[in-house]
Amino acid sequence: MTSTTPPPVPALSPTAAGPAGAPPAVEVPAVEVRGVDQVFPVAGGGQTVALSGIDLTVAPGEFVSLIGPSGCGKSTLLRVVGDLLTPTRGEVRVFGQEAGEARRAQTYGIAFQQAGLLEWRTVAGNIELPLQVHGVKKKERRERARELLELVGLADFAGHWPAQLSGGMQQRVAIARALAERPRLLLLDEPFGALDEMTRERMQAELARIRHETGTTVILVTHSIPEAVFLSDRVAVMSPRPGRITQLIEVDLPGRLGPPGESGDAPSTDDAPSADDVREQAAFFAAVTAVREALRAGGPT
Amino acid sequence: MTAVVAPIVLGAAVVGLWELFVKANDIKPYLLPAPSAIWAQFRRSFDLILDAAWVTGLNALVGLLVGLVLGLLAALVAARSRIADGMLGPIAAAMNAIPIIALAPLLNTMFSATSSVPRRMVVAIVVFFPVFVNTARGLRQVSPVQRELMRSLNAGPGAFARMVQLPGALPYFFTGFRLASSLAIIAAVVAEYFGGRQNGLGSRIASAAASSGYPRAWAFVIAACLIGILVYLVAGLLEWLATPWRRAGSAAGRRRRPPAVPALAAAPATAPAMAMAPATGVAPATDDASAPWTASRDG
Repeated sequence: MTSTTPPPVPALSPTAAGPAGAPPAVEVPAVEVRGVDQVFPVAGGGQTVALSGIDLTVAPGEFVSLIGPSGCGKSTLLRVVGDLLTPTRGEVRVFGQEAGEARRAQTYGIAFQQAGLLEWRTVAGNIELPLQVHGVKKKERRERARELLELVGLADFAGHWPAQLSGGMQQRVAIARALAERPRLLLLDEPFGALDEMTRERMQAELARIRHETGTTVILVTHSIPEAVFLSDRVAVMSPRPGRITQLIEVDLPGRLGPPGESGDAPSTDDAPSADDVREQAAFFAAVTAVREALRAGGPT
Repeated sequence: MTAVVAPIVLGAAVVGLWELFVKANDIKPYLLPAPSAIWAQFRRSFDLILDAAWVTGLNALVGLLVGLVLGLLAALVAARSRIADGMLGPIAAAMNAIPIIALAPLLNTMFSATSSVPRRMVVAIVVFFPVFVNTARGLRQVSPVQRELMRSLNAGPGAFARMVQLPGALPYFFTGFRLASSLAIIAAVVAEYFGGRQNGLGSRIASAAASSGYPRAWAFVIAACLIGILVYLVAGLLEWLATPWRRAGSAAGRRRRPPAVPALAAAPATAPAMAMAPATGVAPATDDASAPWTASRDG
């Protein structure tokens, strides 16, 4: 348990990330998954093939969603990237490092479907947890927690207990916690899965803004097509077990908040109306249809 | 407000009716003395009661602390290793089945008759079980999300225990502690019925009843009640101080709490019931003593 500093990796600027899905060849990919199989033994002697022959490359600054039917292994794939599971076969590299090394170096932050807050810590205390684990001084932790609470719009709730927050607010705290150490990669496992539709759309808009402001690479596991389309540069569509990536769909929505520096026509403030505009344009519906058809095509064989 | 006033009003009404009932029916004191007679005895023998309460209270306190520490350590060991858990679990369950207070006469012969050790040992053994069982359960309660989170943070076992496991087990530990606190007084009083030094509340109750001093016996019983309530309240206060997140008012906060423990009233109610046993000529029923333990198993 050492206090970690970001490992030496080739200098790269998130702004240099080209159009979605087409990273320049010289750049080290944020995530590189090669030929990954994940097989779980089953009680009684059999085995379940959760993932089969997964290849996926995510460019720095890119937002990729994993979508697929329940049990297709999308959460498993996320855990393999985060070194919470060791793949049976294949190789995972995160910013050029082996997945375990990357985890130990705190390259990524993660948030789950359940917020998983420690209920005996205040909101600020929960956000400080990763920093405290790595021996960051108290004053610095306080300062960072304050910034993050500002970022997720909970500045007035620093001293509250998790039990006093709504589900949506708890999720925002969990995302703030995942961002505490300024990770270059954010792994999100259905973070909005348990929220109602309205809260969910608001959280999506906020996630888009946070990503825009921090320039973090994001991998999001979701089972919501509109959510995947609204947020992602690319959507990886997965088939039912054994999980395979059947299609990679690029999503280009004009007017959407992209990574920082990608100025485009995105308004930098006043997200809420822009988020709704994004959801109501023809390109959005076209992408939703494309993903839906890909899901259907990859359906039970 | 009503939470405080209502039980006081009820208590006063019960005492009033009791007095009225005894006076109106001319009940003999050996059957049931009037509250006024008990109170008169309480005031007359106050110094003696205080001395006896101090002796019994100290026995209970020492036994409680020893039992708490042992229960806590055993739970930590059990949580640490599956083998230890497999060994300690059945032993704890077996201990639960033993009417431990029945060990008092054996312990009295093991040590000298003037020693306080046997009574304190009885208390410690009685206290050990609920503390061990509840704390061990609390230490096993870490959610998978929190495990994955700590792994993603590359947290070592020390940080995991300090930041996740121990604070999470705290409410469970206090559930055991509160149960143990009332059991400790019961055990300390009842252990005195089996010989040893005759200077505590239990032996005073027995000797007062033997010499037909029924109101005086009741006065000692009341002292035992008061100690029981005091210890229970102190345990509750410590819990309140140590777990601030659990008093934050919110409906959402009701999730994932350890099940409620027997209500406050349960503890003092059991104490005098046990303490009264010799006064009413019934041998102290060890089964009664184990009743709160079953609560700890459910709780």
